Amino acid sequence: MKPRTIVEKIWDSHVVAEKPGAPALLYIDLHLTHEVTSPQAFSTLRERGLKVRRPDLTIATMDHSTPTTSRDLPMLDTVGKAQLDQMEKNCKDFGIRLYDLKTTKQGIVHVIGPEQGLTQPGMTIVCGDSHTATHGAFGALAFGIGTSQVGHVFATQCLLQTPSKSYAIRVEGALKRGVSAKDIILAVIARIGIGGGTGTVFEYQGSTIRSLSMEERMTICNMSIEGGARAGLVAPDDTTYQYISGREFAPKGADWDAALARWKQLPTDQGAQYAKELTLDAATLEPMVTFGTNPGMGIPISGAIPDPASVSDPIEKSDLIKALKYMDLEPGKQLKGHKIDVVFVGSCTNSRISDLRAAASVMKGRKVSPSVRMLVVPGSMQVKKQAEAEGLDKIFREAGADFREAGCSMCLAMNGDQLEPGEYSVSTSNRNFEGRQGKGGRTFLASPLTAAASAVTGVVTDVRTLL
Amino acid sequence: MKFEKIESEIAVLPIDNIDTDQIIPARYLKSISKDGLGEGLFRDWRRNADGTPKSDFVLNQPQAEGVEILVTGDNFGCGSSREHAPWALVQNGIRAVISTSFADIFKGNALKNQLLPVVVPADAHAELLKSPWAVVKIDLAAQTVTLPSGRVVEFPIDAFSKTCLVEGVDELGYMLQQDSAITAFEAKRVGSVNTLR
Ligand code: SF4
Repeated sequence: MKPRTIVEKIWDSHVVAEKPGAPALLYIDLHLTHEVTSPQAFSTLRERGLKVRRPDLTIATMDHSTPTTSRDLPMLDTVGKAQLDQMEKNCKDFGIRLYDLKTTKQGIVHVIGPEQGLTQPGMTIVCGDSHTATHGAFGALAFGIGTSQVGHVFATQCLLQTPSKSYAIRVEGALKRGVSAKDIILAVIARIGIGGGTGTVFEYQGSTIRSLSMEERMTICNMSIEGGARAGLVAPDDTTYQYISGREFAPKGADWDAALARWKQLPTDQGAQYAKELTLDAATLEPMVTFGTNPGMGIPISGAIPDPASVSDPIEKSDLIKALKYMDLEPGKQLKGHKIDVVFVGSCTNSRISDLRAAASVMKGRKVSPSVRMLVVPGSMQVKKQAEAEGLDKIFREAGADFREAGCSMCLAMNGDQLEPGEYSVSTSNRNFEGRQGKGGRTFLASPLTAAASAVTGVVTDVRTLL
Repeated sequence: MKFEKIESEIAVLPIDNIDTDQIIPARYLKSISKDGLGEGLFRDWRRNADGTPKSDFVLNQPQAEGVEILVTGDNFGCGSSREHAPWALVQNGIRAVISTSFADIFKGNALKNQLLPVVVPADAHAELLKSPWAVVKIDLAAQTVTLPSGRVVEFPIDAFSKTCLVEGVDELGYMLQQDSAITAFEAKRVGSVNTLR
């Protein structure tokens, strides 16, 4: 048999039907859904008198519009509240399990899936959300879909799909101190550009990736979409199996043994072909930070902001000028030392327990700069509970940071947590688009370590000076 | 609904990597229907903080009235999966976007909403960028764009999406017809599928 990539293996085992001249009908093992991209899909079901075909393979949460202030307070945003109420009604009417704000399992959709053992190797996983690639860390083919497709999966548990090509991204060697998973993925995107992976699935490989924890792998897979790929994955290994074992929805007993035997068949065969390849040397990486208005506009912390004068393509040049104008930055200067107003530690990229531990390790015994407002938003209520058990909440609070309830929060600023026009933030989230964190707000993307270090000093900081 | 030929002046937005947060900011995503999303289209590029229109934005020009084709830079529609982006474009009368490339999810979402993503070669794109408000024709059945100079270039589209648009095929209906194949697939995979027990 022809050697296959992991993506081809997962694809082959999920094709329900293939007709000439049409995309394949691909079976979906797990459908995650949230309040923002599902209401119009439920409306389609109602209009057409359809049911959710497999409510047992569907899980819903509330994360995007949800407040991160105390759950006991009434929700002031009436439009956001109506969206959450509609979600509750939709889940009730269609028999879908919902982790609402009252449960201890609520959280960002891409944090709770892995946390509960729902995300497993070899699965196809979709969600009406572009960061669904996060689940690829487990060797699953996971990708974001639009609301029409959310409706398709509700009604048929399938999607019409054409196969994607595989793009091997290899990272080899040991990371230097202060350099983390977030820096790897920001470096990859800075290298290939935000459209560099269009039409492909990233397969992250190499000794560096192998040595990362599941949480770090999730950070990397999460931002595959920022490199233009709809999905990104890491072949499963012992790290993967250990993480899953014992979680609520993980297979148990004989089912576990059978699952493990299946999962071990997944890694890419020797000799399988990749459409594109890229290799990075981990030892050359520094903490990364973005300066512009898309995630590809990133530089090493010791680097300088690029000069539009050195760009020849006219649109690229005008885009860079536009970005620097929006960010009010000068070309040729370092970003290091630039004053900031807000630090946000959170989002499906960096809100898991290991991220909070990393940030807390820098904050411990230090204070948030008086000119900075710092928000720490756990990715799930489980993460919050764990952080409290470890006393991380105290470290953040004593430093003067705000430690919140779980949700997307300032990652997309739908819930009231947002930047004021003109403010600068260092954020552990994934998008620095214009206005993403609040109209007129300016975002520097970075790792939890860099974010914490910058919170303490009040300026964009090389965390290595504080370690 | 069947997709007909388009003949329209073009609005030109010569910016690469226009993300869906610009096409429609997140604060417009709290709606539980599709109604009124058109208001949010390019909101922060289109209007000042007090809601007054920015006079230099392309869609605020008097010529933009009735325009059905938008020409943009590379990698249009990157970022979030929000289908609100094509909904907002369509509600503003846009029926086709011409670029050199599109982000995958946006492209898929657009095709499901009678919004045609048209990829043209770099030289044709360059001509379009230089010809704001010129008249362009798009013939989906022939897969051609007639440029302002009269030159005709072809554009790619997968056969299935084309059929769906040209003949008005309902994708969900097409999928539902394959119910027996889905049931057979599920029967075969019992025990090997990870279910939420
Ligand atoms: S945290 Fe941000 S990127 Fe992640 S799902 Fe929420 S809004 Fe999307």
